[in-house]
Amino acid sequence: MTDLALTGLHTRPAQAWGGVRLVPLVRREPIEDLRLDARLHDAEFGVVEVDPRTVYSSYIPHGFVASWTRDGTPAAAYGTQLRGPAERDRAPSRMPLRFHRRMARRAGRNRLRFLPLHLALEGYLALHFGGPEIAWEEWSRRAINRGLSPRVEEAYTGAAVEGLHDALRVFEIHPGQCGVLVYAADALAAAFVVPHPDDYRALHATLVHDLYGELIYHYAMLSGPVPDFRARIVDATVRSLADLRVQARRQQEEWAAFHDQVMAGGLLDADYTYQRVHEMGGYRLSRFLPPFERRRENHIGELITDGAGRLAYLKTFRLSENQVRRGHLLTRLAACGWNLADTAAALDVTEPELGLRVEAAGFGHLLRQDVLDRYRARVRHGRR
Amino acid sequence: MNAAITSTGQREFHSGADEQSLSLDFLHRYLMGNYRDLYAATLALDVNDHNAVLIARNLLATTAEAEADRRHVEGRLIARRLALLPPPRVYGLFRALRRARVNNRRTRAIMRDWLAARPDLAFDAVKYRGAVRDVVRHAHLRPGGELGPFLFTPHRPAAYTTPILETWRRAHYEQAALYKLPYTVAEGFAAKHRIARAAFLERIAPRLTRLERLRLQESARGLGADAVRADLATMPLTRLASYVLALPLDDRVRRRAELTAALRTAALRIAGDQAGRWGTVVAVLDDSFSAYGSGHKRRRPLAVALACHFLLEALAREYTPLWLSGRSDALLTHPYGATPLGERILDGLEHRPGRLVIVSDGWDNSPPGLAEEVLRIWRTRLDPHRTCAVVHLNPVYDAADFDVRRLAPTVPTAGIRDAENLVALVELAQFAEGRTGLPELRAHLTRRVEEFLREDA
Repeated sequence: MTDLALTGLHTRPAQAWGGVRLVPLVRREPIEDLRLDARLHDAEFGVVEVDPRTVYSSYIPHGFVASWTRDGTPAAAYGTQLRGPAERDRAPSRMPLRFHRRMARRAGRNRLRFLPLHLALEGYLALHFGGPEIAWEEWSRRAINRGLSPRVEEAYTGAAVEGLHDALRVFEIHPGQCGVLVYAADALAAAFVVPHPDDYRALHATLVHDLYGELIYHYAMLSGPVPDFRARIVDATVRSLADLRVQARRQQEEWAAFHDQVMAGGLLDADYTYQRVHEMGGYRLSRFLPPFERRRENHIGELITDGAGRLAYLKTFRLSENQVRRGHLLTRLAACGWNLADTAAALDVTEPELGLRVEAAGFGHLLRQDVLDRYRARVRHGRR
Repeated sequence: MNAAITSTGQREFHSGADEQSLSLDFLHRYLMGNYRDLYAATLALDVNDHNAVLIARNLLATTAEAEADRRHVEGRLIARRLALLPPPRVYGLFRALRRARVNNRRTRAIMRDWLAARPDLAFDAVKYRGAVRDVVRHAHLRPGGELGPFLFTPHRPAAYTTPILETWRRAHYEQAALYKLPYTVAEGFAAKHRIARAAFLERIAPRLTRLERLRLQESARGLGADAVRADLATMPLTRLASYVLALPLDDRVRRRAELTAALRTAALRIAGDQAGRWGTVVAVLDDSFSAYGSGHKRRRPLAVALACHFLLEALAREYTPLWLSGRSDALLTHPYGATPLGERILDGLEHRPGRLVIVSDGWDNSPPGLAEEVLRIWRTRLDPHRTCAVVHLNPVYDAADFDVRRLAPTVPTAGIRDAENLVALVELAQFAEGRTGLPELRAHLTRRVEEFLREDA
């Protein structure tokens, strides 16, 4: 468990448009030996220049994937993947795809665009996927046999988030920009970091195809325009142009510090659980889960770091309050070996209350019907 | 007035076409309802063609609301302005009046006089046949000679005696004849006769107007029709800047000498006797991503900035350009990156110039508000005696504010559409720094109106 840090990136002044605020992150030195594979993003003209001496490995963020398999059925890659230089022509490992109308979007004759963040969401959805490990008598037969399957979560695409599209359109990309933090009504919605400015430029517009949580959707819908953080310089401190320049620079630094500590604090300060997915050539791809503390920001996501801890790639998704509650419940249940009595004690509630909470979280089918009925009756009785 | 100079009701970088025209429409209604005399007087100023047409149209549509003694002045103002507008605009206006069923006596008189003043009505009748027909019909006119039959029953006469009408008739059957027609008309006939585009352009080249040449030059070159050659030295400055920005970067490098020379010549022509008289000038020029403009006004803000760059170079004795992106090669400029106006203004002030000209759309975002703070402190603390004149020129109309976006209250902002107006605008902006009231404005306008109408006589 460690903190997430925006190592190697510098915060630049935010640009606000309506209720959306975009905070650019700039890299002094771009990462050259890890590049987004543009071939998958746009199969027709994706050529990535490679310096002969640098090791080339590329990764594939799920969102920009899709190629047809030999037999003509569409397939989706398994989330973000790392590949070596020799494997350039090998198709990424993938799974056959069954079409659900909204999940996939055709982008061309033999290309298919999928909603991104698959890996991280998969991590969240697969949370204690197997269900109870010990067959306590309260759990239903279905819970024992099939676990939590199938688990479904809902999210909105960026196109549905009010004002996001316009904000991305009028946003002016900084030279050297490698990332962005998206705020809706000043709540951190997502973070996105890539290794190289060229990659960022190519992928900037895809933010609108990303997933955003329910919370962000509603905030963007209901919020008014957010104010700019306008520069303010105190007159008395300035006696010459040089003073003015010092003050101007200080404004920049103060904003960066304020942003990193306060505005992005919810993302950067939390303790995350990392799960290493793949490691290659000094780069490590992992996904992370938040501690599922309620009433605070919880982000899930995936990242790539190099040996020095420099952040090469990051993509996060902010969970809604309901999703946090579900995650919290599942984690606690798992921590207590799925024993309801123990979990209730750990959560400081009675067993029937816990049972009803499990039901309210949408996992009612996991409990045996008679056990649930008994809990309901007990709670009703207790209230009377 | 700033609105009237910059807004064209088209889409801009930050706001859509609907927003723009809605906002502009409101502004026009408001001004006309409350200050009709000022509104009419605006015609005497350097408003852009789009707004001139709108003003004329609004005034003509509401003739009954004007007081009797004002009507005469209004009529003269409209007639004078229409004489200065390009003919397609005026025909557009007349057709709009017809659609809106505005057909009062004054409207008919203006249409009649304007048509009577056309140098060659037969040429107009060929080039804008539908429009001329509509106007003649709407104003109950009786065109003399062969024009009547030509407009209403074009194929009835077996031959025309007027040369251009006869050419038009023959062009239906004979390919050679169409090369004597205006380009836009000949283009239709060329399609009808299935003439290859390259061959057509090659032969029509002598008939092209100056701007048609400029517009077609690149596509003609692509087709191998080398006869279409624009004489860059005679082009207006802003138009030329737009043309340069539309070229790919490689072409600009290859033709650097030619393009730079053309831009310099155009700038010198505008600067006239003012050339080299402006002392030390520093320009902060906006080439951030928002200077891209929109699909409708592609790179217009940047073209204005580039044109201003060359004009200021011609005007100044000592000139320092500062592009926001930090690039120094003006010819290779393209919209890119954020808008760190504050920092760049600081850089500019360090040169201790006599004059600082800022050309920007006013969206200062890196960080927001720094430009305002820098300018405020510069004015109040560092340069209270105004040794350096600061002017902000803005090429973009902001729909939400009914004006162009300002940088700081301490610095005058003027809307700019063509770099050609820069000299006048900078002078006017200095004048505006003194905060004049409505009576002064009226007096100024009255003077302008008199001058404007006197040019007529």
